[in-house]
Amino acid sequence: MKRELPLMITAAVGLFMILSFFVPHHVVSVPADFLQSSAIIIVAFGYVLGGANVLKLNAEAIYRRNPGWIYKLILVVALISTVVLGLFDGCNRKGAFLEEGSSSKWIYDQFYSPMSATMFSMLAFYIASAAFRAFRIRTVEAGLLAVAALIVMLGRVPVGSLATSWLPGWLQLPTMQEWIMEIPQNAAKRAILIGAALGVMATGLRVILGIERSYLSGED
Amino acid sequence: MPQTGPRLAVRLAPFAMLVVLLASAHPVQAQGTAAPDTVLADTTAATGSDVAPAAPRPPSKLTVKDASNDAGRALELQWVRSPDDLPGQSLVTQYRLERASAPSGPWTVVDSASAGSESRADQSVTRDTDYFYRVTAVGPGGITPALSVTGPVRATSQWINQTRWSVLILMVLFFGFVLFFISQAQAGKVPFVRRIPGIDAIEEAIGRATEMGRPVLYVPGILDIDEIQTVAGLVILESVARLTAKYETPIVVPVTYPIPFTIAEEMVKSGYLHAGRPEGYDPNSVRFVSPEQFAYTAAVGGIMLRDRPAAHIFMGAFYAESLLLAETGFQTGAIQVAGTANVHQLPFFVVACDYTLIGEELYAASAYLSKEPKLVGALKGADLMKITILILVLLGCILETANIHVLTNLLQTQ
Repeated sequence: MKRELPLMITAAVGLFMILSFFVPHHVVSVPADFLQSSAIIIVAFGYVLGGANVLKLNAEAIYRRNPGWIYKLILVVALISTVVLGLFDGCNRKGAFLEEGSSSKWIYDQFYSPMSATMFSMLAFYIASAAFRAFRIRTVEAGLLAVAALIVMLGRVPVGSLATSWLPGWLQLPTMQEWIMEIPQNAAKRAILIGAALGVMATGLRVILGIERSYLSGED
Repeated sequence: MPQTGPRLAVRLAPFAMLVVLLASAHPVQAQGTAAPDTVLADTTAATGSDVAPAAPRPPSKLTVKDASNDAGRALELQWVRSPDDLPGQSLVTQYRLERASAPSGPWTVVDSASAGSESRADQSVTRDTDYFYRVTAVGPGGITPALSVTGPVRATSQWINQTRWSVLILMVLFFGFVLFFISQAQAGKVPFVRRIPGIDAIEEAIGRATEMGRPVLYVPGILDIDEIQTVAGLVILESVARLTAKYETPIVVPVTYPIPFTIAEEMVKSGYLHAGRPEGYDPNSVRFVSPEQFAYTAAVGGIMLRDRPAAHIFMGAFYAESLLLAETGFQTGAIQVAGTANVHQLPFFVVACDYTLIGEELYAASAYLSKEPKLVGALKGADLMKITILILVLLGCILETANIHVLTNLLQTQ
């Protein structure tokens, strides 16, 4: 029963949510909306477990003076201070955490936002190094990829248009890049998307029918 | 015969009146003191300020109907534009939609639409309640009273979304295929599944990590459990944990959201249990990191560089962080296997990883790894559905080329 009950609840709720896609009537849609929006309550409890895990793991590392323990200390201090300041903001500003002038907003602007932007900007360098490897021509396929990439990149900038403006229309780089993006690229992308969509449905069905039940752990 | 004084005055009277009228309409010109160009400018200004534009003529033929295929949450309004609502003119600036519960009012403005509009949906209605509507035109000259009141009309719930019949039929067909092949597999007819090198490489990667005495890093995507790729990633995690338990290799699973975190714990625990080594499970192997994309990326990058896992397995939904993770992993020299259905991230994984599962292969991985007949049967059902879709696509192309739109119309949804 320890496994059957969750499986039955999963099946009932899953089938009900599928039903709500086809039946817009409020008898179905109102409970379906409620189920979707009430998930946030479960998530809130999950955050308590997550926060406890972060504190436990890092406190152990700090206590044992593991390598890099000082960074873990900074993490724990930052976590606790953000939560405490957020609680104060929540009480003082009736839940408006990221309002201008709040300490949560200050933390967001001065710490989180610049650090996040730094990580994101590193992507440019990673793209350069990855592109260098991707466009090394070792096989026929790699050669085709490199040529297609060159056409697309040049066709999307003014110099590509300028350099080939004297050629017939279909040989001009902007036309060629448009063809590559619209025809072969789109066809391949759609094939992947159709396959993935069916995979999504098959996985969903397996979970609903209880065929896929590994998430319930192995205990009977 | 010479004209007498009174008769001449009568004849000149209209001209005199005209002169007086002109003088009163153009006072500056009459004064004759300004330069000609100044006169024109002042004249225009005087005309603009003195003659106020008229209010636009009202819109007409307001019709209101219940929005179809919904839970009684909207009414659709349609009207014929004001005759003064013409392109390039600004006699009408907007239409104001007013609602009341009785034809006599009181009226409340519920929405407005820009000039040129002819329809709007009122989504602030209460189901099964009678409403009356009117629409007015607003312009620089003022607001025109509405021509008429339309109503009563009420929003009602519908039982079936009429535009989704095709989806229902195809879904029932797909579920039928899957259930048929599952029953076939249970009866002993296990379908053939082609070799997927990317999934085979997972065991190779774990073996290598075992030889090197280093951990395995498993990343189940960066989205929450409502994303089915995360579910697929977590299902594969169970099989990966089973292998790491078998080879006695530590596994590290950093997770973004709390619900996947608790499920990931269950998956790893289950893997160790099924491998017959429940005592080998380390409660610290699954780590909650952060739901923030780049905070998570920084943490995983830190694990890669500090703990130096020998194998990185990325399975799930990824976005901009895909290349940051895969390139950092490449630089550490780890063997990397990735799988995602996010088409835009696939090229990054293909470039930076040793093996990549593309799209549906991610969803097939758990069946492939577990060899469970029921799961493999579900794969065969999906394959048959793909053939059906292929036939529909080809048929659609032929029919559309022949200018026949029956199939396209049938498959359109809302």
